[in-house]
Amino acid sequence: MTVPVLELKGVTKSFGERLVLDGIDLSVDEHEAVALIGASGSGKSTLLRCVDLLVEIDDGDVFLDGEVITDPSVDEVDVRRRLGFVFQAFNLFPHMSVIDNVTLGIVRGQGVGSTEAVDRGRALLEKCGLEGREKDRPDELSGGQQQRVALARAFAAEPRAMLLDEVTSALDPELVGDVLEAVRELKLEGMTLIFATHEMSFAREVADKVAFLHSGRIIEAGKPEEVLDDPKEPETQKFLRRLLAGGRI
Amino acid sequence: MTKGARQAAREKAKKARTRRGQTIAVVSSAVVLGGLSALIFTSSGWPDVQETFFSAEAFRTSFPDILKAFWLDVKMFLVIEVVVLVLGLVIALVRSGRNPVFFPIRLIAAVYCDIFRGVPVILLIYMFGFGIPALGLSGVPNDPILLAGFALALAYGAYVAEVYRAGIGSVHQTQTDAALAVGLTRTQALRHVVLPQAIRRVRPPLLNDFISLQKDVALVSILGIVEAFQQAQIFAASTFNYTPLVAAALLYLAVTIPMARILDHITARGEVNA
Ligand SMILES: Nc1ncnc2c1ncn2[C@@H]1O[C@H](COP(=O)(O)OP(=O)(O)OP(=O)(O)O)[C@@H](O)[C@H]1O
Ligand SMILES: [Mg+2]
Repeated sequence: MTVPVLELKGVTKSFGERLVLDGIDLSVDEHEAVALIGASGSGKSTLLRCVDLLVEIDDGDVFLDGEVITDPSVDEVDVRRRLGFVFQAFNLFPHMSVIDNVTLGIVRGQGVGSTEAVDRGRALLEKCGLEGREKDRPDELSGGQQQRVALARAFAAEPRAMLLDEVTSALDPELVGDVLEAVRELKLEGMTLIFATHEMSFAREVADKVAFLHSGRIIEAGKPEEVLDDPKEPETQKFLRRLLAGGRI
Repeated sequence: MTKGARQAAREKAKKARTRRGQTIAVVSSAVVLGGLSALIFTSSGWPDVQETFFSAEAFRTSFPDILKAFWLDVKMFLVIEVVVLVLGLVIALVRSGRNPVFFPIRLIAAVYCDIFRGVPVILLIYMFGFGIPALGLSGVPNDPILLAGFALALAYGAYVAEVYRAGIGSVHQTQTDAALAVGLTRTQALRHVVLPQAIRRVRPPLLNDFISLQKDVALVSILGIVEAFQQAQIFAASTFNYTPLVAAALLYLAVTIPMARILDHITARGEVNA
């Protein structure tokens, strides 16, 4: 049996009195894409942030390539360099050009020479359909373009896995397509992914596994057709029914 | 009407509006300023006031010396501004940190800010200028210019530290998250992501503090330092004519007004970018 790229065991996190993650178990194999679904506030973002060590967990462990990364002795910076994170609200650096956004991490964090970094960044931007926009500031781009820059930024360090937090939910509907296309591309290239999403059709298409998060637990997980078409748990059924009623599927 | 014709009509209307606006501004300025001048220049006291405050003769004799003395003001505020920029940033970084090892330093920095912001600048200059030499410590400079400079730098360093700190606090946490997520250390995140944005945002209040500092340099005259204000006072006291003070005021304006215009410019550009 191969070692999963990412594995969560009993991950628990509270903010004050509020228990947000209550013993999460999840494993993600190489080249696998896992979709996290669940109502707003169910803890999808928190789970992803815990994996990237942006939030310190209370209990349990996260393993990256079989090594524990949530032990206090582990170098957090090194772990983050091996993971890519894309935020719901892009979080680009507004004072830097698009190309500097993409190369900052590899230049400062990994000591890649700036010429090589720029070449790499250019190639990535071109792949996202952003050629010629290198010198622009993020606020000169549309939301969809900004999010593609954020994807390129996270991908630039050639991470082992990427964590995508609702990368399309801050976008106008007509801009969603290009960003989803970029994620699809990542999946086709074999990137290991965990992505939180409200887009069930996208989860169905791209994910190998769908995990439904409810009151801090993964209540149901499995192949997209199992979880989305034939959910076993009443809470999953309720969640999907509500989405269906809202025209979200 | 064709599209081209409508466009021409719109442009014509716009031009007419602009011209009307300019005319109104010119006429109303002429009325207000003319009225005020008439009021002042026809008042019974004006000849005396003119002789005491705006005497061309007194201006000519005093101005060269006042200008020379003003160089001391310029040198002082230039050096102090550089010191204050660095000192304020260091204090702000110390106060913004979270490492418990530095708690004592953070405490000292906080006390420093409270005290030096809370005591009137004139009092600080007085205490430094007369207090430190009175202690008779060996190796401590006794030069009043240096001591007054210390007092001003420490006072303004405390203001500027708070300005920087507000700027750092105004950069959203999500920026730090993003910087960490691309693999930067906390220090690198501060250096490359948080500080550049913070400093850009605090440029207007920083310039404001500098304008204020450029005037407050005149306070060092209480130690008998002959800078522009003191020099003007010397003239005024010996001739009972206040024109030299007006001359000194003009010199202060000559440095603070350009600063204010730069400030306006930056603020306006910031609004466009926002
Ligand atoms: N830093 C924080 N401090 C306190 N509470 C937090 C913090 N971050 C998240 N929470 C709480 O944790 C819960 C889960 O939030 P989270 O953002 O993970 O949900 P989500 O599933 O991503 O929701 P959404 O679909 O709206 O993005 C919420 O109740 C939220 O209020
Ligand atoms: Mg979320």
